[in-house]
Amino acid sequence: MARASTTQRKAVVTVCAWAVGLVIFFPILWTILTSFKSEVDAIAIPPKFLNFNWTLDNYHDVQERSRYFLHFMNSVIISLGSTILALIIAIPAAWSMAFVPGRRTKDILMWMLSTKMLPAVGVLVPIYLIFRDFGLLDTRTGLIIVLTMMNLPIVVWMLYTYFKEIPGEILEAARMDGATLSKEIIYILTPMAVPGIASTLLLNVILSWNEAFWTLNLTAANSAPLSAFIASYSSPEGLFYAKLSAASTMAIAPILILGWFSQKQLVRGLTFGAVK
Amino acid sequence: MATQASRAAGRLMISPAVILLLMWMIVPLGMTIYFSFLRYNLLIPGENPFVGLENYSYFFTDPNFWPSLVNTLFLVGGVLLITTVGGVLLALLLDQPMWGQGIVRILVIAPFFVMPTVSALVWKNMFMNPVNGVFAWIANVFGLPAFDFLAHAPLLSIILIVSWQWLPFATLILLTALQSLDSEQLEASEMDGAGPLARFFYIMVPHLSRAATVVILIQTIFLLSVFAEILVTTNGGPGNASTNLTYLVYSQSLLQYDVGLGSAGGIVAVILANIVAIFLMRMIGKNLET
Repeated sequence: MARASTTQRKAVVTVCAWAVGLVIFFPILWTILTSFKSEVDAIAIPPKFLNFNWTLDNYHDVQERSRYFLHFMNSVIISLGSTILALIIAIPAAWSMAFVPGRRTKDILMWMLSTKMLPAVGVLVPIYLIFRDFGLLDTRTGLIIVLTMMNLPIVVWMLYTYFKEIPGEILEAARMDGATLSKEIIYILTPMAVPGIASTLLLNVILSWNEAFWTLNLTAANSAPLSAFIASYSSPEGLFYAKLSAASTMAIAPILILGWFSQKQLVRGLTFGAVK
Repeated sequence: MATQASRAAGRLMISPAVILLLMWMIVPLGMTIYFSFLRYNLLIPGENPFVGLENYSYFFTDPNFWPSLVNTLFLVGGVLLITTVGGVLLALLLDQPMWGQGIVRILVIAPFFVMPTVSALVWKNMFMNPVNGVFAWIANVFGLPAFDFLAHAPLLSIILIVSWQWLPFATLILLTALQSLDSEQLEASEMDGAGPLARFFYIMVPHLSRAATVVILIQTIFLLSVFAEILVTTNGGPGNASTNLTYLVYSQSLLQYDVGLGSAGGIVAVILANIVAIFLMRMIGKNLET
C-alpha cells in the first residue's frame, strides 16, 4: 500500500520534473533543431519540429560567409589564455594563503573579492582609452589581459578553498620523513591539488568564453570571440534563423558539454565558497 | 610552524596577484574619477578643463538618468523575484525522488552555459518575433493577436530573457543547499506530526535562507551590469524604455564620446554596486571565520 503510493508519487514527480525541464531546455533544443533546417523551414508557420528536410548547409554557409573559424579560435585562445595566465598568478598566492596564513590573509582575500564587485562599466572609459593609446583595441592580447584580471579574484578564491581542504598534517608527516621541499611539492601537494586546479580551470574557461561586456566593447572584426561575433547577427541583414542557429549551436556546444562536468564547481566558484 | 623564511616566501608568492589587482583597480578607477571632473569629449579636441561637479549635475539631470535608474531597479528586482521564487520551487521539485533525475538536472542547468548574446538573439528572433516567432504561433493557435514583445514590453522581455539565464544558477545553489539538509531532521519532524507545509516553513525555509541570500546578492552584482542582452535586442529602446544604467554609461561614453559624462555615470554605477557589495562581503566574511 505504502509502496504503491510512493511509486505513484514518483511517477507524478517524474512527469512534472521532465515537463518543466523540457520547457526550460526548449530554447536550446529549438536552436539546435533550427540549425539543421533550410531557411524556409526555419520560419515556417506552424513551426516544423522534426518533419523537415535535415541539412548541414547552414554550418557550411556560416563558415563560408564569415570567418567563423577565426572567431572560434579567438574564443579558444582568449578563454584558455586568460584562464591559464590567471592560474599562473593565482596558484602561488592561493598556495601561500592556504598553507602559510598570515595575520592579513583574510583581509587580502576579502579585498580581492571586493575588486570583483567593481562594475565593469565603472572602468570602461579609461580601459578603452588606455587600449586605444597602446594599440590594444581589437587584439587578442588586450582581451586576454582584461579577462585575466576580471577572473583573477575568482581563481584565487576557488583555489584557496580547494587548497584549504588539503590537510596540513600530511605535509608535516612528509617533512618528518625527510622529504625536501621539492619532493614535498612533486609527490604530495601536486597530486592533491590537481583536481582543485582542474575544476578552477574548467569554470573559468566557461566564464571567459561567455563574457560579453568587454568582448563587445573592445573587439571588432579581427579579435572578436564568438560572444561578440554572434552579436553581428542582430543586424537586419543577418536575419537568417537557420544560420543564426547554426552559428549559435557551434558557439554554445563546447561550453554546454564542459558545463555538464562542472556543476559542482560552479556552485563553489560562483558563491566564493559560501555554499558548498 | 611557519618560520620567518617561509613567511617571507609566502609574501613573495602573494605579491604578484596583489600588485596586479591593485593596479587593475586603482589605475582605471582613479582615471575614471579624474575624467569625471573634466570637460572631456573625444569629438572636441583641445584641452580638457577642470569643471568640478558639472558632469555629475549633467548626469543627474539627463532626461535618461531617472528612467534608466528605474529600469535598472525593475530589471534587477524582476529577475530576482522570478529566479528566487522559481529557483526554490524547482529545487524542491528536483530534490524529490524521480526517474532520470540526472538528465532533468542537466536540462534545467543548461541555459546558464549559453552566452548572453546567443540567448538574447535566440529569444528575440525565434521566440519573440511577432511574425515568425514561436510565441506568435502559440498566440495564433489560441486565436489571439501576436504580441510584439520587444516593441511593446521591451523591459519585461529583457527581464524574461535574463531570468531564463539566471534561473539555473538559483536552482543549482538552492538545490545544493537543500541536499545538505539533514534528512533525519525531516524524518523526526514528520514523526512528530508536522505536515508538509509546516516542514517547509519551519525546517526548509530557515535552512535555505542563507543560500537564498547568497543567490540574491551575487545575482544583484551581475544583474546591475546587464549589457549584452540589451545591446543585441533593443539597443536600450524604444526611446529609453529598456536603457539601464550600464547601457546609459556605455552610450554616453562610447557612442557620444563624452568621456567626462560617461565617467561620472560610471562612478554612480560603482557607488550603487558598492552598496550591495557591502552586504555580500559581510556574509562571505562571516563564513570565512567558521
